[in-house]
Amino acid sequence: MSDNSLRLVWVYPDLLSTYGDQGNALVVERRARQRGLDVTRIDVRSDQPIPTSGDIYLIGGGEDRPQRLAAERLRRDGGLHRAVGNGAIVFSVCAGYQILGHEFINDLGEREPGLGLLDVVSTRGEGARCVGDVLADIDPRLGLPQLTGFENHQGITHLGPNARPLAQVRLGNGNGTGDGSEGAYNDTVFGTYMHGPVLARNPQIADLLLKLALDVNALPPTDDRWYEALRAERIAAAQQPA
Amino acid sequence: MAGNSDPLSPRAKLAVTAGKAVAAASRAAGRGSGSVIGGRVALKLDPDLLGELAQHLDVVLVSGTNGKTTTTRLIAESLRAAGPVVSNALGANMPAGITSALAEGAESRFGVIEVDEKYLAGVARDVEPKAIALLNLSRDQLDRAAETRMLAEHWRESLAGTKAVVIANADDPLVVWAASSSPNVVWVAAGQMWKDDAWSCPACGGVMQRPGDDWFCGQCGFRRPTPSWALSGDHVLDPHGSAWPIHLQLPGRANKANATTSAAVGAVFGVPPQVALERMYQVQAVAGRYDVVQFMGRELRLLLAKNPAGWLETFSLIEQPPTPVILAVNARAADGTDTSWLWDVDYTRLTGHPLFVVGDRRLDLAVRLEVAGQTFQVCQSLDEAVQLAPAGRIETIANYTAFQDLRRRVGN
Ligand SMILES: [Zn+2]
Repeated sequence: MSDNSLRLVWVYPDLLSTYGDQGNALVVERRARQRGLDVTRIDVRSDQPIPTSGDIYLIGGGEDRPQRLAAERLRRDGGLHRAVGNGAIVFSVCAGYQILGHEFINDLGEREPGLGLLDVVSTRGEGARCVGDVLADIDPRLGLPQLTGFENHQGITHLGPNARPLAQVRLGNGNGTGDGSEGAYNDTVFGTYMHGPVLARNPQIADLLLKLALDVNALPPTDDRWYEALRAERIAAAQQPA
Repeated sequence: MAGNSDPLSPRAKLAVTAGKAVAAASRAAGRGSGSVIGGRVALKLDPDLLGELAQHLDVVLVSGTNGKTTTTRLIAESLRAAGPVVSNALGANMPAGITSALAEGAESRFGVIEVDEKYLAGVARDVEPKAIALLNLSRDQLDRAAETRMLAEHWRESLAGTKAVVIANADDPLVVWAASSSPNVVWVAAGQMWKDDAWSCPACGGVMQRPGDDWFCGQCGFRRPTPSWALSGDHVLDPHGSAWPIHLQLPGRANKANATTSAAVGAVFGVPPQVALERMYQVQAVAGRYDVVQFMGRELRLLLAKNPAGWLETFSLIEQPPTPVILAVNARAADGTDTSWLWDVDYTRLTGHPLFVVGDRRLDLAVRLEVAGQTFQVCQSLDEAVQLAPAGRIETIANYTAFQDLRRRVGN
């Protein structure tokens, strides 16, 4: 953490903020402030350089052409690479998740290089779009409760040996590879297909990002009763037969 | 009507009769107005029916994400100054509902038709409109709607070479992109508070610059056209620079914008702005929207807001704090089943209002408000929220099916 303020960077809201993913930034910011932290939130438009001294970077979902434009501009900028090299934490959703991988299929149907910050490769599914509530078990190493989210994507993401699945799906599709994996992560970079927004439905993932950024093992408790009520409702809803 | 002057072919007449019979049966069975099912039957019997029904009418199509139903109503009122009007006033805005509405218009001169954004191209092809009003385009129903930008592209392709006069919002870059392919556009500075769907240039993908009310692409030169009509405070400015006062019973900036667009449409058919605006004053509520009702001894105003742009406009028109506000959100099929859009709504604007949260997805809203730092109460029902609300008129803001639920509950 630089100076005394947690620097929270929201990457390209002009291109990648189509599915309410701004909520992830709002949740991290709120939960940091509730712990008495000073937060500087930096919203970086795609014609501005990515700051390299951020603590947490959030990247959201977007439509197909904005996704390609975002990938082009992030590759050209190079700032996110340097930030990760500096030890920053990155959390990405859907289109943003695909961009962090080695490549994805762009709006022109071509293979578009990503940033290679996650060892994953994305393709496009031939079947119906994956849309609906998801319930999954998060990798036990992370020590977190069940993952609940809403997916809405056509993409399929294959993990390489240097990425671990973030979760195993109980209900829903996740990465769409047929093995039940959902999302991917390494030491500092996370990706998921979950909207919702995902951190509003899983505030303990937001806390995990804060702990990694602050390099601490625990955070002061917060009053999470509305989060818990929402989680219980969505987990029950996912289990209802459609 | 008889002989050569009869505008409908025998097949079309048969289809209309069959459609009306089915609609009546549906009504008798208590399944709503029956207009959609009736229209479906009629269209099946005669796929060209829509075009045939429209043949003797001067048709105006109205489309956009928000404000379609109200604007359709305002235009219909304006054009009644010039002749009888048929309109799908209740918002059945896909081909079947439009067909049913037009089937009632044998004696009309004008057809004023609200069209769902996704059906605009097809309906415009079938009915050969004289005018098309394009209001705005923004995110709506994330789980299934076409991408907003793709919709603009689709409009653009279908409007290229249209014979209609296109009346389009110069303040919405996506609408401008869609409309600028057509040869005859009347630009209206109608405003658009919501800007988050048009930061990326629809022409080249460059980043849009938005100083003040202006906008332009820094890369390709795509920019805001010079409007000939404008909303300026409480006045409509016409192309001659005259200012006409807007007196509406409907509240809010967005409805003044709708009135401005409607005045511009009226002018296409020779209705002077003064006459059009006077007639618009008669519109009180539109399909229950903006209605003030009595419920449990309290006064409630019913406001419909279906998407982030709609909520933003609605927050700007409610009474000042400490007016209590009830928020109602569902996520049924007609609403879109993804509630993520709640996070694009700036709920900090409700600071100072006592807030009560109802609807199927009240817990999503509770977390949203908690993160926005608001105090609120989650209620099981509208009745409970009304009981808990402090004195004064209550503003009730709901998305689509939540709004229908509220109307049913208050008997509106
Ligand atoms: Zn451009």
